[in-house]
Amino acid sequence: MPGLSDTSAFCVMFILLVPLAGAGLALINTGLGRSRSAAQLMMSSLCVVSIAALAYFVCGFAFQGFPNQSAHWLMFGGKGWNWLADGHLFLDHVALNGSPSSLAALLGMLSAGLAALIPLGAGADRWRLGACSISTAVLAGWTYPLFAHWVWGGGWLAELGSNYGLGQGFVDSGGASTIQVMGGLTALAIAWILGPRRGKYTQEGMPAAIPGHNAVLVLFGCLLALVGWWGLNSSGAILYHGADLGVAVRVAINTVLSAASAALAAAIITNARFGKPDASLTANGWIGGLAASSGACAFVEPLEAALIGVLAGILVTFAVEWFELRMSVDDPGGSISAHAMGGLWGLLSVGIFAQLPLPAGRTAGPATALPPGQWLAQVVGIATLIGFVLPLTYGLNWLLDRAYRQRVSAEGERQGLDLYELGAGAYPEFMTHSEEFTER
Amino acid sequence: MKILGFVLLVSGWAIVLTAVALLREDVPRAAFVLAGIGVEVVGLALLIRAHPIRRGEHE
Repeated sequence: MPGLSDTSAFCVMFILLVPLAGAGLALINTGLGRSRSAAQLMMSSLCVVSIAALAYFVCGFAFQGFPNQSAHWLMFGGKGWNWLADGHLFLDHVALNGSPSSLAALLGMLSAGLAALIPLGAGADRWRLGACSISTAVLAGWTYPLFAHWVWGGGWLAELGSNYGLGQGFVDSGGASTIQVMGGLTALAIAWILGPRRGKYTQEGMPAAIPGHNAVLVLFGCLLALVGWWGLNSSGAILYHGADLGVAVRVAINTVLSAASAALAAAIITNARFGKPDASLTANGWIGGLAASSGACAFVEPLEAALIGVLAGILVTFAVEWFELRMSVDDPGGSISAHAMGGLWGLLSVGIFAQLPLPAGRTAGPATALPPGQWLAQVVGIATLIGFVLPLTYGLNWLLDRAYRQRVSAEGERQGLDLYELGAGAYPEFMTHSEEFTER
Repeated sequence: MKILGFVLLVSGWAIVLTAVALLREDVPRAAFVLAGIGVEVVGLALLIRAHPIRRGEHE
């Protein structure tokens, strides 16, 4: 490939794996929802990915930018805080030739779609197609790029190390914050705004079990997502942390170890509690392990990655129950627990386990270390997600709900979103035709 | 209660930012950052209490 370095070429290949993560999430969300809304949910997934790509193309990358490019600054405490990129709309002035900024634009375009797919799981069976499309435009055009700039675009979170001595600044090599927690917190906002599905809770607040309609889709989606996550974690480490190509092997091993140990932890816990392993919770554990791996997989040893996965699996399994029983949050896809809780744990794990590369030019001592203050940088990032991103995404979606109701009508929910919004079901052969059972 | 929850979330974040920007010593800075997280947790708890009211709304 003339004119393109090996690193850029492999980075393109890794980035092009990312849509498989989206395909996996779409299958998981659909399988965990009801059969009468399956086609609408897959259609929503396609629309969400499309709108996210367009919104990110129009203005998203202009707001996200890339390190060392022009940006807007605020002065606070005697230092400049880089809070928003000053790029051009429509990817104008971005050399689409394999340059790092062009690779960041490609990764961002796909990552924004991935983040936007996550809330679909929480809004399954009751979120209108038009509403989730508009919500996605807001997420991919503003909320995602703003936070991604802070983390990946040379923003103030990334500079906490150089400006305030907090380790190497907020570190997130694979999108645990920008994609997973961002999507998970938006899922929480959507679940709160929409309210639970009809019949999910009794007047006394007791939840009813509404099992997913297709465990095969869910578990196949998990396997598909793994491939996408390899691409996501590898390209992020190379692009945003300057890792060499060889890191892809470490990333692949750590990603699969984290997901595998999380899924097994979830399976063992559910087997111990309910007598049989629960497929949907095991799938949620797998995704939680993947989300957690995105934080530190490029900077930890395999044993640590497995430990991160085990803790993610335990956390996600109990979080699903906690959200449903204690918080009365109806999240059919387990999106909040798997992506938000798994991602938050992954970010914290950077401050506990990560061995980050030390500045070049050192002649003695190890080449990597856990810098002092790294844990505090991670905590500041987590505080920003909970204290800024959650109110922002909730507020924007609340405003949208005022202007264009997000929840489908009661009749639409009873009928199923497939027939109500698309006019045709996902499984027409499920319909029973009485004449077929009549003796002739 | 919902608005108060969001106010506390943002206030906790503001405490964290202020601690990072204005404090130089490690221990007080870490203490204030953790205090900011604590305020956010209280805000989250209020939000959680505010939303179950909608439990039966769509029954």
